[in-house]
Amino acid sequence: MSQFLWYALIGAVLLCIGLAGLVIHRHLLRRILALNVMSTGVFLVFVALAKRAGEVPDPVPLAMVLTGLVVSVSATALALVLIVRIQHLHGSAELPGDDA
Amino acid sequence: MSLMPALVLIPLLAAFIAFMLPRIARITGLIAAVTVVGLSLTLASHVNTGGPLRMSVAGWEPPLGIGLYADGLTALMLCLTAIVGLGTSIYAVGYFKVDRNHNGYNTSSSGWWPLWLSLWAGLNALFLTDDIFNLYVTLELMGLAAVALVALEAHAVAAATRYLLVGLLGSMFYLLGVGLLYALHGTVDMKILTTTMQAEPAAWMAMALMTAGLLLKTALFPLHFWLPPAHANAPAPVSAVLSALVVKASFYALLRLWLGPFEALAPDLAGQLMGILGAGAILWGSMQALMASRLKLVVAYSTVAQIGYLFLWFPLADSTDAGSIAWYGVVWLALSHGLAKAGLFLAAGNILHASGHDRVTDLAGVGQHLPVTLFAVGLSCASIMGLPPSGGFVGKWLLLNAAFVSGQWWWAVVLLVGGVMAASYSFRVLLHAFRNKESKHPHHTPHPVMEWSALALALGAILLGILSAQPLELLEVGATMGKLALTEAPQ
Repeated sequence: MSQFLWYALIGAVLLCIGLAGLVIHRHLLRRILALNVMSTGVFLVFVALAKRAGEVPDPVPLAMVLTGLVVSVSATALALVLIVRIQHLHGSAELPGDDA
Repeated sequence: MSLMPALVLIPLLAAFIAFMLPRIARITGLIAAVTVVGLSLTLASHVNTGGPLRMSVAGWEPPLGIGLYADGLTALMLCLTAIVGLGTSIYAVGYFKVDRNHNGYNTSSSGWWPLWLSLWAGLNALFLTDDIFNLYVTLELMGLAAVALVALEAHAVAAATRYLLVGLLGSMFYLLGVGLLYALHGTVDMKILTTTMQAEPAAWMAMALMTAGLLLKTALFPLHFWLPPAHANAPAPVSAVLSALVVKASFYALLRLWLGPFEALAPDLAGQLMGILGAGAILWGSMQALMASRLKLVVAYSTVAQIGYLFLWFPLADSTDAGSIAWYGVVWLALSHGLAKAGLFLAAGNILHASGHDRVTDLAGVGQHLPVTLFAVGLSCASIMGLPPSGGFVGKWLLLNAAFVSGQWWWAVVLLVGGVMAASYSFRVLLHAFRNKESKHPHHTPHPVMEWSALALALGAILLGILSAQPLELLEVGATMGKLALTEAPQ
């Protein structure tokens, strides 16, 4: 199995683990972590893509991963602020009405 | 042509100023709004006379740099955003001035201006972008600002969090699709992808991932569950821009992709499936709107239903004759829904502000105390129902035409049933609101700008039906749909 395929496959597996975590868990912190695992999976696929053709890595997917990381950090920060507020308001870091 | 970057940079700069200097936030926001309206109209007139515009930011060509592109559709979406944006900005001046001690209002104006201006920059950037990766960046820019805006209202924080989770999930799917397309074609430029796209499993996979991500963000039934709580609980001006503009933006991205790179790829079945989901959205959304107890929830479910109409384009686009008619119809519906729904949400905000609640059954007396607001509600509802001569009527009439021309009459049935249901939930609200009542409680009067800006936007939705010739002409500029019908009609 080529190196590219190997990494891309791991990326896909991470994506699925993250997706499962997002659906299964109720605690918001776990859900945000699950989303981060998902995005790591996607980024790994991108990084694998960069090494796909020849010895010299393709810079474009790597640049995209950098942009994606910035987005991911900002989104996580926003999510954490919201989670803290929910904890204050509802007394637990879970979305109300989620059990239904 | 520095017009296109200016449309993104001016709101962004204003957002920065509003954040750093909260004292002058309001005036900065209003100046930026007026400037962006001027720029959008100028861009529209340039596109109208000189054809589609294209530029590479800082001279870097597409594979590496950022390409911007504007055709008739882009210009119309920019103008819609500008007009709704200006109306909402003026409304916000009154809204965020209200005494924060009554009605449980504790929305903060210090958050509104920087976030709204960033959202505006994101929207404009999304409409202008010409590559699928920048589309991801602009979707995120827009999404994060939108979530933060919803969270301005304390009791909407849970809805905002759900909105954020759904938005991020959609982005992940979309981004993976972008990666697949880059792996296949070595580019993210939409124009290049359109020419090189081939039907192969990996491309279908990418199409499915990107479409699913955008459907989640557009809140197409049955992926709409996050929309009603977020739109109904946000502060009034936020609800207005979310319903009028933000869901339209991800629909616009979908439209661009399906008219461009995915055009050769999409099987007929996929179009039919989108149509079925659209029909489900119309019926389910209208039903929920009919049963909702709160006015803002009625309006939010009405958005779910109206999004459904936009997706009737996909099955009709398969047939060449009907395709271009449906295309005009759907863009028309998107524009008139944008104006009408913004007007309706702002008016609902006035009612909520004046009476301290928005229970549909207790709306009696609104007609006595807020005649201008009620007039705005009436005009918006007329366009949403599709009564002539409103913009909503023109859009639905074109879609009906397309359904008959393509021989797919069942979509016409959906359109008519949806219209009747929209009339039902609108009249339910209006009947209650028109009832007179000896008022016991002192009513709070909303600031006049709040009433008149709602009315102006609602009036815009009606005018869109009367003055439709000029914008329809603009829509033809650079439209692949119109050309398609012309070249393939003889076959």
